[in-house]
Amino acid sequence: MAQSPAHGADHHDHHAAGHHDPQDLKLLGFWIFLVTDVLMFSTLFATFIVLRGGTDGGPTGAELLEINGIIISTFLLLTSSFTSGLAVLAMHQNKVQQMIIWLIVTGLLGAGFIGLELNEFLHLIHEGATLQTSAFWSSFFTLVGTHGVHVTVGLFWMIAIIIQIVRRGLNSDTKGKITVFSLYWHFLDAVWIFLLSIVYLMEVM
Amino acid sequence: MLDNIKEFASEFFVTGDPLIYGADVSIVLATLAIVFVLTYFKKWGWLWRNWLTTVDHKKIGIMYILAAIVMLFRGGVDAVMMRTQLAFPDLNFLEPEHYNQIFTTHGVVMIFFMAMPLMFGLFNIVVPLQIGARDVAFPFLNSLSFWLFFVGAMLFNLSFVIGGSPDAGWLAYPPLSGTQFNPGVGQNFYIWGIQISGIGSLASGINFIVTILKMRAPGMTMMKMPMFTWSVFASSTTIIFAFPILAITMLLLFMDRFFGAHFFTLDGGGNPMMYINLIWMWGHPEVYIVVLPAFGVFSETVATFARKRLFGYASMVFAMVIISIISFFTWAHHFFTMGSGANVNAFFAVTTMIIAIPTGVKIFNWLFTMYKGRISFPTPMMWTIAFIPAFVVGGMTGVMLSVAPADFQFHNSYFLIAHFHQVLIGGVVFGYFAGLYYWWPKMFGFKLNEYLGKWAFWFWNIGFYVCFMPQYLVGLDGMTRRISVFSDPDWTGLNVVSTIGAYIMGIAFLFQVAQIGYSIFRHEKDTTGDIWDARTLEWSTPSPAPEYNFAVIPQVHSRDEWWEEKERRARGEQPAQYGPIEPIHMPKNSAIPAIMGACWFIAGFGLVFHWLFFAIPGLIGVFICMFARSFSAHKAEYYIPAEEVERTEATLRGSV
Repeated sequence: MAQSPAHGADHHDHHAAGHHDPQDLKLLGFWIFLVTDVLMFSTLFATFIVLRGGTDGGPTGAELLEINGIIISTFLLLTSSFTSGLAVLAMHQNKVQQMIIWLIVTGLLGAGFIGLELNEFLHLIHEGATLQTSAFWSSFFTLVGTHGVHVTVGLFWMIAIIIQIVRRGLNSDTKGKITVFSLYWHFLDAVWIFLLSIVYLMEVM
Repeated sequence: MLDNIKEFASEFFVTGDPLIYGADVSIVLATLAIVFVLTYFKKWGWLWRNWLTTVDHKKIGIMYILAAIVMLFRGGVDAVMMRTQLAFPDLNFLEPEHYNQIFTTHGVVMIFFMAMPLMFGLFNIVVPLQIGARDVAFPFLNSLSFWLFFVGAMLFNLSFVIGGSPDAGWLAYPPLSGTQFNPGVGQNFYIWGIQISGIGSLASGINFIVTILKMRAPGMTMMKMPMFTWSVFASSTTIIFAFPILAITMLLLFMDRFFGAHFFTLDGGGNPMMYINLIWMWGHPEVYIVVLPAFGVFSETVATFARKRLFGYASMVFAMVIISIISFFTWAHHFFTMGSGANVNAFFAVTTMIIAIPTGVKIFNWLFTMYKGRISFPTPMMWTIAFIPAFVVGGMTGVMLSVAPADFQFHNSYFLIAHFHQVLIGGVVFGYFAGLYYWWPKMFGFKLNEYLGKWAFWFWNIGFYVCFMPQYLVGLDGMTRRISVFSDPDWTGLNVVSTIGAYIMGIAFLFQVAQIGYSIFRHEKDTTGDIWDARTLEWSTPSPAPEYNFAVIPQVHSRDEWWEEKERRARGEQPAQYGPIEPIHMPKNSAIPAIMGACWFIAGFGLVFHWLFFAIPGLIGVFICMFARSFSAHKAEYYIPAEEVERTEATLRGSV
């Protein structure tokens, strides 16, 4: 079986020809999923940019958006990306407890980010800017909200992975899940950088 | 209380049209008949275990194709009704409102719920077999994709009897599709039918890219892949770039309709033109998504039935890759009249003309493959040959439409209708029919009756030209699309002819149904697995292929590996030995995709009617299914013991 492709060493004891390493497939599949997610956000960004002038005489972004809160949430999310990286490092050293702790820290930072975002949305609604106010606010809430939904889904996903690791320990399957999750989390971080610059900084500056 | 129920029911169910009452009755009767047959023959368990929960790509492919044929019927009935209404001036067969619904659902059904599932059906059946793999990369996800498609299609079709069909055209341009002009639930059905099935399409795109990149048999480099697999790769790549745009566009339209947002409204700073741009950024690549696999089918059939290697392999690959890239840069040619200015129109006119070049390259390659070949003419080859003139004419009228100044004349006329039907029927439908006839023996182990198939072929082809050629002329004469009546007596003759053509195609479809029915009962079983004496690896397995596809994964040396292997055997060399039979690792069936589909259905239905008490539990169900899968995925595999594989092989291949 000289031609059979290389396999991950620890998933199954038995590897016959034509059996592909599932982690390898999942990782590629997830990268391609991220490509599609990039395109979804690109579409939302394009819509936001086209409609940014459509305030319909109502409140503008410069009037209502507050940059101070945003700097704190940026700090939280960027730090959570760093701590999710630390979790992956711990995973590679097979330090389960350390990894779980870093994941929990990541989750708490993410939850803090979501809390600040909800707070910001409530503030805006209170000030009279809602989805129905104008095209600008429709696209603002949809774009920022879609990112927020991604982060929220990520939090639940992470909890599910932590439970599985507590039950089954680290193996190639659970390690694959952590790897993919951390990709997702870094990706949300990258999207946030664009949100910060295109939505917040360009509106307020 | 009773009055309340009555009032609710009269809004909830579509009432007042005898055609729809007839449909109601036939839907109920058909459902009862299916339930009765399944119960009487005690087939519920069989259906559940062998089909609804399967993760086998071959069975999923068959389910896609079955659904697509039903949808072809529905879309075809819509078409025949439209042509009946337009046969003569001032007819009153369909009310204008009903006519609007029918042209909308005809388009949506044919593209989303006929062409796409037929395409995914062929992907599923052929690709793993052609690349020497045992399944797709993600069998569970594959099953989920099918169920999302199925649920989306059912949700959309439900609008016909419950709530009312959408009526804003197949791409639902706002502001007509917004709540201001369309307060009913029809457009909500449109959004969720497409959104749910679109998620499935996106997942399939990812699945097939990974399958093709990672799971090819050893020795099969990218440039040794069969051409159909290349077309699937090109099409899937286009899917992953195009379908996210569709998903967001539908989301934004939903936000407008559900939450009163102002993306595409006329007031509140919204911009309906934004929608038209976005939907065509998906919509134009979409037509190449469906036509590229048809090109792949022709590349297989033409080589098989000309008994020659495919001419210009590398240029075929190059052409498909170029098409899938340029397809993203032509979208504005759908609305030259929007007023984007001369420079924008010039850019999109030129890109549209450029995309005709690689297509032309492919046409010449197919012709050169046939040149000096020993051509035989079974039905798959007949469809292939019929495709060439149809697509050339359709392509030429497409280039005419791409000339921006001239397009101001052609725009939204029957000239355009004739053009896109010519490329979509002459290209996509002919291609998928060729593929269906070609791979049918691989799916079921017998050939479809050739005699009835040839009748169907001629009826289709004659009906096709009789229907659409007059539409070019009446379009140039000024007849616009989407009108429910015309009064100009000068157009009568051409419209009568066109309607006759539509009916001839309807008869052709009946011939195909008869052909399938007849062939199921009267056929010769194929024992060779290679009924066409073909060239690629799928024909090296028995027909139908066993669940594990290949007992031993083959080693690939050349492009037409199976043909070369047969040549080697003819020269008296030993059949290739790839090694001993080992236990085969297989994915287990799973009920989660079907259940998750049902949850999506509930959620979609709730969102259509603004019933949060439906929508929220439905969405929660979706998430529960995701978690259930995440927690159980590692247990969802098993091994087929080597002895069992050997037994199966011995039965399937006789003594070999």
